[in-house]
Amino acid sequence: MLKITNLHASIDDKEILKSFNIEVKPGEIHAIMGPNGTGKSTLANVITGRDSYDISEGSIIFKGEEILELSPDERARLGIFLAFQYPVEIPGVSTTNFMKAAINERRKHQGLDPMKAAEFLKLMKEKMALVEIDQKFMSRSLNEGFSGGEKKRNEIFQMAMLEPSLAILDETDSGLDIDALKIVSKGVNQLRNKDNAFIVITHYQRLLDYIVPDFVHVMYDGRIVKSGNKDLAKELEARGYDWIKEELGV
Amino acid sequence: MTKDDQILEEATSGEYKYGFTSNIEQEIAAAGLSEELVRFISAKKNEPEWLLAYRLKAFEIWQKMEEPSWAHVNYPKIDFQAISYYAAPKDRKKLNSLDEADPELLRTYEKLGIPIEEQKILAGVAVDFVMDSESVFTSFKKQLAEVGIIFMSISEAVQEYPELVKQYLGTVVPPRDNFYAALNSAVFSDGSFVYIPKGVRCPMELSTYFRINAENTGQFERTLIVAEEGSYVSYLEGCTAPQRDENQLHAAIVELIAMDNAEIKYSTVQNWYPGDKEGKGGIFNFVTKRGLCQGIRSKISWTQVETGSAVTWKYPSCILKGDYSIGEFYSVAVTNNYQQADTGTKMIHIGKNTRSRIVSKGISAGHSENSYRGLVQINKTAENAYNYSQCDSMLMGETCGAHTFPYLEIKNKTAKVEHEATTSKIGEDQLFYCNQRGLGDEEAVHLIVNGFCKEVFKELPMEFAVEAQKLLEISLEGSVG
Repeated sequence: MLKITNLHASIDDKEILKSFNIEVKPGEIHAIMGPNGTGKSTLANVITGRDSYDISEGSIIFKGEEILELSPDERARLGIFLAFQYPVEIPGVSTTNFMKAAINERRKHQGLDPMKAAEFLKLMKEKMALVEIDQKFMSRSLNEGFSGGEKKRNEIFQMAMLEPSLAILDETDSGLDIDALKIVSKGVNQLRNKDNAFIVITHYQRLLDYIVPDFVHVMYDGRIVKSGNKDLAKELEARGYDWIKEELGV
Repeated sequence: MTKDDQILEEATSGEYKYGFTSNIEQEIAAAGLSEELVRFISAKKNEPEWLLAYRLKAFEIWQKMEEPSWAHVNYPKIDFQAISYYAAPKDRKKLNSLDEADPELLRTYEKLGIPIEEQKILAGVAVDFVMDSESVFTSFKKQLAEVGIIFMSISEAVQEYPELVKQYLGTVVPPRDNFYAALNSAVFSDGSFVYIPKGVRCPMELSTYFRINAENTGQFERTLIVAEEGSYVSYLEGCTAPQRDENQLHAAIVELIAMDNAEIKYSTVQNWYPGDKEGKGGIFNFVTKRGLCQGIRSKISWTQVETGSAVTWKYPSCILKGDYSIGEFYSVAVTNNYQQADTGTKMIHIGKNTRSRIVSKGISAGHSENSYRGLVQINKTAENAYNYSQCDSMLMGETCGAHTFPYLEIKNKTAKVEHEATTSKIGEDQLFYCNQRGLGDEEAVHLIVNGFCKEVFKELPMEFAVEAQKLLEISLEGSVG
């Protein structure tokens, strides 16, 4: 589904990703861990096509297509979703209207008519139940005045609505209490199937108790330095990152 | 003159003192505009003697006035001599079919969803007057007549209801009010007259739309709406047609009068030609709009969506004279390319327990300048007056400007006044967030801008709100990316 090869990305002449490689297949969950400032969020931004980054080398193949030249909205419509670490507020735009616009824009590009109102409402109801989000959030301005946990839950709700092929969760667990964490994880687990894939960026092993990854990668200095299964996350939790630095000789 | 009238007089004639200073040295060429011309217009319209006298007096006042320069706008000096005051403005070439019309104009009509028959009328194609709209118009008139509502052009009203017109014309915006008001009072071409009798709730939205086909009102429009005790009317001033006139001056006057427990809702969507992308051409829109809440518990509400004109200079205002009367002003002003807008409102509190609410949304893009200018004046007599003002500006890009000039004049200690103002930029992060959900830049901007304007749009009648949203999209086209 996703294959990133020898990716180099920099911002303001500072190289953040240095020969980054990963391959994600349908049905897989990959966790990416690592200390602060190692390029985890940059990776999420570069895959989704945020401006401001210079890509000097490498390729990102998604569903067999090179996507580096595509705009962020084109990538999104291909099925890439990012659950933001810091979801943005859009005053005056309700979650309902935002989702309606997003879904219909996608349908337009597929040559389909806008979704019928009844069908849309049914879909909303179903997905709201999935992430246990209250109806009242749907008519409020997007993320405006939402608590940290509410914002994250709203991200997962949007993911459920849009049913992406590849979802990137950028530190979705940060700022969540244990109950919210369980709800978010439950949502992800229910959406998971053999055709889609997840990249879960996190600092903490805690989330991975609920969203069990097939692979755990440790990122350091702009690339993956160690990969393993879910046990690697536990080891990191117990021993920290220093032993990896020692292994690397830095 | 009663004491109340004196206060009113002060409030209406003295308002330019408040920070709105004038210091231009202006030589006014009288040649284009003369006493003979004023007499000519009046004679053409077969007006009664009192109206001719009114026009002549206004002309005399205008001659002594100076063009105001306090607004935050720049435009070449208007040559009043070069302006045609009676015949020329609507002298458009008749086309034989839509194929002869400006394709860009047609593209705009299409985007606005204007039916093909109306497109023809707007573009100036010679059509036989569509039986359909004729009959719609007739049944509409009949319905209004049944409840005693008068809705006709002001020229007709002068002939048919001279006493009513005479009683109210110029009582809210007197000719000496300002330079353009004096000009309009001298040479006004036509406009609407609405009279809602006591206790009548107007059964439909009154729209200039129903009039636009019947006659061309010209550039010096004059509207007068009187709502008698306990009546209600919602009036829509639509300018759906983006007129292609070059650098033309429009100086209109709108006067509203609400008696005891009456309510007037006045909505405008203005999209006159804003000039081209380099800032050439476009309408100069200098308008005086003012409502008088004469009666107890009366209410006047202005809602405007301004997307057109090269230069806009306009402050729909409310004089809250009746106790417990309410004034509202909801505004969206969009400027793009080289457009300039200096717009806002004045809320003059005279009566006790009067309340006013101001919600202004300014959006600037391109090289445009967008200013909010508002005055809240609480007079000594206005016990327990309350005002809430909210002025939000949104900037798109680096080369535009947004300015806020709030003026407060409070002479009564019991007054409560709240003011909130924000300036925001359409952020890269907001755009990216929308992009990431699959929305392109244009769609993302529409969504964000519509959200920003929501509080104002929801005040508009439904079909108007839809039109306003579409207009916004058209005027901001190509302003990102």
